[in-house]
Amino acid sequence: MAELILEGVSKRFGATLAVSDLSLRVGDGEFVVLLGPTGAGKTTTLRLAAGLEKPDAGSVRIAGRDATFEPPAARDVAFVFQQYSLYPHLSVYDNLAFPLRSPMRRVPEADIETRVREIAGLLHLDNKLRNRATELSGGQMQRVAIGRALVRRPAMYLMDEPLSSLDAKLRAEMRIELKRVHRELSATILYVTHDQTEAMTMATRIGVLEQGRLVQFGTPREIYQDPRNVHVATRLGSPGVNLVPRELFPDVRAPPGAATIGVRTEHVRIHKGRNGSTSGRVRWIEHLGDQSHLHVRVRDATDVVTLVDPDTDLAVGDEVRIEMVAPLFFDAGGERVRP
Amino acid sequence: MAEIRVETLHKAFADFTAVRDSTFTIRDGDFFCLLGPSGCGKTTTLRMIAGLELPTSGRILLGGEDVTFKQASRRDIAFVFQLFALYPHMSVRSNIAYPLRCQGMPRAEVDRRVEDAAKILRITQLLPRSVSGLSSGDRQRVALGRAIVREPAAFLLDEPLGALDAEFRELMCDELRALHDRLHATTVYVTHDQLEAMAMADTIALMNDGVVEQVGSPQEIYDRPKSMFAAGFIGSPPMNFIPFRGRLLPGDKCVHAGEAAIEIPEAREGTPEADLMLGARPEHVRLSASAPLRASVVEAEYLGTNQIVTLVTSQGTLVKARVPSEVRARPGETTGLEFRSGKLSLFHRASGRALRSALHERVAHG
Repeated sequence: MAELILEGVSKRFGATLAVSDLSLRVGDGEFVVLLGPTGAGKTTTLRLAAGLEKPDAGSVRIAGRDATFEPPAARDVAFVFQQYSLYPHLSVYDNLAFPLRSPMRRVPEADIETRVREIAGLLHLDNKLRNRATELSGGQMQRVAIGRALVRRPAMYLMDEPLSSLDAKLRAEMRIELKRVHRELSATILYVTHDQTEAMTMATRIGVLEQGRLVQFGTPREIYQDPRNVHVATRLGSPGVNLVPRELFPDVRAPPGAATIGVRTEHVRIHKGRNGSTSGRVRWIEHLGDQSHLHVRVRDATDVVTLVDPDTDLAVGDEVRIEMVAPLFFDAGGERVRP
Repeated sequence: MAEIRVETLHKAFADFTAVRDSTFTIRDGDFFCLLGPSGCGKTTTLRMIAGLELPTSGRILLGGEDVTFKQASRRDIAFVFQLFALYPHMSVRSNIAYPLRCQGMPRAEVDRRVEDAAKILRITQLLPRSVSGLSSGDRQRVALGRAIVREPAAFLLDEPLGALDAEFRELMCDELRALHDRLHATTVYVTHDQLEAMAMADTIALMNDGVVEQVGSPQEIYDRPKSMFAAGFIGSPPMNFIPFRGRLLPGDKCVHAGEAAIEIPEAREGTPEADLMLGARPEHVRLSASAPLRASVVEAEYLGTNQIVTLVTSQGTLVKARVPSEVRARPGETTGLEFRSGKLSLFHRASGRALRSALHERVAHG
């Protein structure tokens, strides 16, 4: 496997600047996830790495060489798309073998078999090899599609929302499988998603994209615990981070310039009873099974959401005092300010 | 507003039974979710309540009146299909007014109702605009407006958020629930998404294979599932099932799964020796190096708020534990499993039925 370096890459489509001066290094054996909403430039970045788009500016380096103007086939990358496209008339075995049988590659049939069986084992498809592609469930088809990328040993894998067409249970299974595949193959992976759970659980590092820019790049823990701005803070965490106007909490010590306080639900402590400035009233208790979300209305203006034990004795209408542990502060423009 | 009662409702299509002997009551003002996998009969049930489908047998009462064979248009019910079905060439105002115009309502009354609905949905400023330029969120609100203006006795919604992306769905869940709290209208909501149901419903009817498996509040179904189906369908990740063979006497407080003795809520019914399942929610599983039920870590998934650790026991059962982010769990490591004993469920493996225990007695004490 190999490293990928994007340096100062920009790409414009008509009036839209899809990717703007983006620099990113995916180290050898890393699993980097680009996270962002629709239109943030994730897929364009991936297509630039694959050679499916040419940058207007900047360079793409793969395994140390300048690949900026190499055609896709010369880049030695394998691409997995959101919609799996299998050959319906072929068996699972032949679908998996297909990339190796390309006349360009001339892999001996015995080697193909070894490789196909190895990947089928990795993806738990061993007993499906003789099935036709159309006889599989959605999850199995997507595993075959991923397997088709894995049978080759390219410099890196590029994956564009490969799990988004699967239902929640399958997605949860596939997350674990992809992580295992990454570990067992020591693969270099650049992966694009809008799903924060996929990013948090699989990535060695996450790149948060917003309007074509790379806003923050770091490990899931770094990005969750130490977001650079409001946008990054709200992208991660479920339930989302609480953002409350600083002036509603005059007792909280804040650095100069702080306009907004951000506090994670697990960092809000609720105490029964009132205490003037930081008190609120329970507006709604949302029972989600494993935990409950307590919505506390502060000064008739804003809600603070916190986690409480499902057995809590708090009730709607109760007056409570709010304590914040490790709050984050942001200025009026949404940028982080530090004490 | 009205109570909806469904009595021994049955619907068969040729050789396929979609709904079997369903009986439940939707209280006046309730946010009621019909939840289940695709093909379970939830949409057919909703369509019978709406009058779009006639039952093979059984009765439907709306506010005490038998409406089983009454035409859909004569039931005082608003059915909201996929929320995007708007007239693209009309303004927001005309779209919302449309159902009232069709009834031939006087113009002044139509205007008043449209203004009221727009105020409730906070889209007054959008009324003169064309719907074609709206964001998907505003389109949803306009579609809801069309249901609200009729001021019906009940709202029926069939997977209204199904087409939206995850982020936006969460936002609309909050909004729908807040809207319900303002209108207090009886709402019947069909979804296959347990998270949506858990987040919004006062009451859930969980359906499987045409049968209502359990009716209760989200917390009740989550804490005291009546079947393995209910336990496995609700929760993300779902309940863990640890198989073992044993017998049970009323009063037993412990079961033996392999080499481990596991404390359980006191049994209230017994069973001769049989294949049983211990049910444990991920947040009721703890990792403890010294516990006798051994398991090795397959994967740890960091979620910020906490982490999900997947383990495999020495018997080969996969178990997921939701534990604090700080707990160290590396793939390949061996550890032991402990449980929050007061929260465990027991099931008959063959029937899938939950065995009664002290767990089920907390209902009364609330």
